[in-house]
Amino acid sequence: MIPAAFEYKRANSVDEALRLLGEHGEDAKLLAGGHSLIPMMKLRLAAPAMLIDIAGIPNLDQIDAASDPLTIGALTKHAKLAASDELQKKAPALWDAANDLGDPQVRNRGTIGGASAHGDPSADYPAVLQALDATFTLAGKNGTRELKAAEFFRGMFETALGANELLTKISFAAAPKSAYVKFHHPASHYAVVGVAVALTIDGGAIESARVAITGVGDVAFRAAGVEAALKGVKTNDADGLAAACAGAASGVQARSDTFASASYRTAMADVFAARAVAQAAAR
Amino acid sequence: MQIDLTVNGKRASLDVEPRLLLAHALRDSLNLTGTHIGCDTSSCGACTVLLDGVSVKSCTVFAVQAAGQEVTTIEGIGNADSLHAMQEAFWSSHGLQCGYCTTGMIVSAVDLLRRNPDPSDDEIRSGLEGNLCRCTGYENIVKSVRAAAKAMRDGTDRHSVRELMPLHPPAVDPPPSGEGIIPKQFQEANA
Ligand SMILES: Cc1cc2nc3c(=O)[nH]c(=O)nc-3n(C[C@H](O)[C@H](O)[C@H](O)COP(=O)(O)OP(=O)(O)OC[C@H]3O[C@@H](n4cnc5c(N)ncnc54)[C@H](O)[C@@H]3O)c2cc1C
Ligand code: FES
Ligand code: FES
Repeated sequence: MIPAAFEYKRANSVDEALRLLGEHGEDAKLLAGGHSLIPMMKLRLAAPAMLIDIAGIPNLDQIDAASDPLTIGALTKHAKLAASDELQKKAPALWDAANDLGDPQVRNRGTIGGASAHGDPSADYPAVLQALDATFTLAGKNGTRELKAAEFFRGMFETALGANELLTKISFAAAPKSAYVKFHHPASHYAVVGVAVALTIDGGAIESARVAITGVGDVAFRAAGVEAALKGVKTNDADGLAAACAGAASGVQARSDTFASASYRTAMADVFAARAVAQAAAR
Repeated sequence: MQIDLTVNGKRASLDVEPRLLLAHALRDSLNLTGTHIGCDTSSCGACTVLLDGVSVKSCTVFAVQAAGQEVTTIEGIGNADSLHAMQEAFWSSHGLQCGYCTTGMIVSAVDLLRRNPDPSDDEIRSGLEGNLCRCTGYENIVKSVRAAAKAMRDGTDRHSVRELMPLHPPAVDPPPSGEGIIPKQFQEANA
């Protein structure tokens, strides 16, 4: 499959990428790992007139796990996140997701920034980054702005990124008691249902919980009902934890496709929420 | 667009359209037809090559993205005079049937052993998750990778095809590069 013709430019800095975006407007698209954009271009679902390759911009592919909050450059590849021992200790939910995303070749090319900017309703990071309550830094021609994950992910393939903005980094506080568990599509590995959980625990009981779910609706969402119900539940009370996860996707319009019906996705949201909570509590 | 890259240790200079995929550049411009195209939708891994030493699906990389980088295809992993341990193991452990997936499978397996020289069967299976095979049922592929890992740890790799099959030399010598994949005598017979 041959994509439509386009012009190709490499940007060597954020400023250069923003200048090129400004000059070419809606016709241009940023290219990071290309593992969402190129498949779409091959199917001619996307036909940008210009690609601005940002993969070579220096210093945007670093994991700074020593700082608080932790900071991750937008061009950091899935494989680098998956191999980070520091990340495994400090934010295991993100480590889980990076390790279970796609396959080795996909992890060697795709980036956390691209996976976030793409806004795929079945992608993993939108749930994880909401459970981590992450902050997104967006660079535009008038400087930078910061947005919380819950504001960043807007809808199906829709984020808060402006046409002339570039996501530079993602940061979040350490969450050592966090986990991400998914039921992955057997062929693509995308999440049919994926649940990310970040807990704080006090005296053997859950003090606070953030729970976010991807794959079910048009966009990943926080499960506020489950978060409230988990408060005070003892972490050794398996039945209590599972009961708190009932109705995890209630109020959400679930998607249906040839692989999984809406009611199946809704039912699995409860099951995978309970598993993610158990895994986070055990860490 | 003019691009320079290193392919199997040799410098290559190509004039490409930006939309040319790396898989097509390798096969059509450089005649390296060991890189196969299976699904063309980023799923099967038949097109896997190493880019700066790590496995990638060359049907999902534009050639221009690889400019300035090093590409290793199956032809650069080993050849009939000096087989890579992985190639030899796929042969001796029957890790292939039709062979369509095999070149990509071998490149991925080489990348896996670079990261993990002594993988368990589970680690081999998850390490090759990006490569699909419609023939073997995977069992002998896992066996082959296990055998190659051992050979590489023991330092018993790199044999030639003739060494492995002294009584059965290939009936047809591989064509010199540039002549295409149909041996001369068959071309003439068909003419
Ligand atoms: C076979 C396969 C399996 C996959 N499985 C999974 C899976 O299990 N889970 C999952 O979550 N994902 C999966 N993916 C998607 C993968 O994670 C992609 O890497 C990711 O979605 C896109 O990242 P990228 O760097 O490749 O972005 P690109 O494809 O280069 O870009 C995607 C979009 O984001 C924009 N963009 C990229 N970077 C920036 C930036 N810094 N600022 C602003 N805009 C930007 C681009 O303009 C484009 O619109 C899979 C992909 C494939 C091919
Ligand atoms: S041909 Fe590239 S992944 Fe199938
Ligand atoms: S040997 Fe035929 S597809 Fe793998």
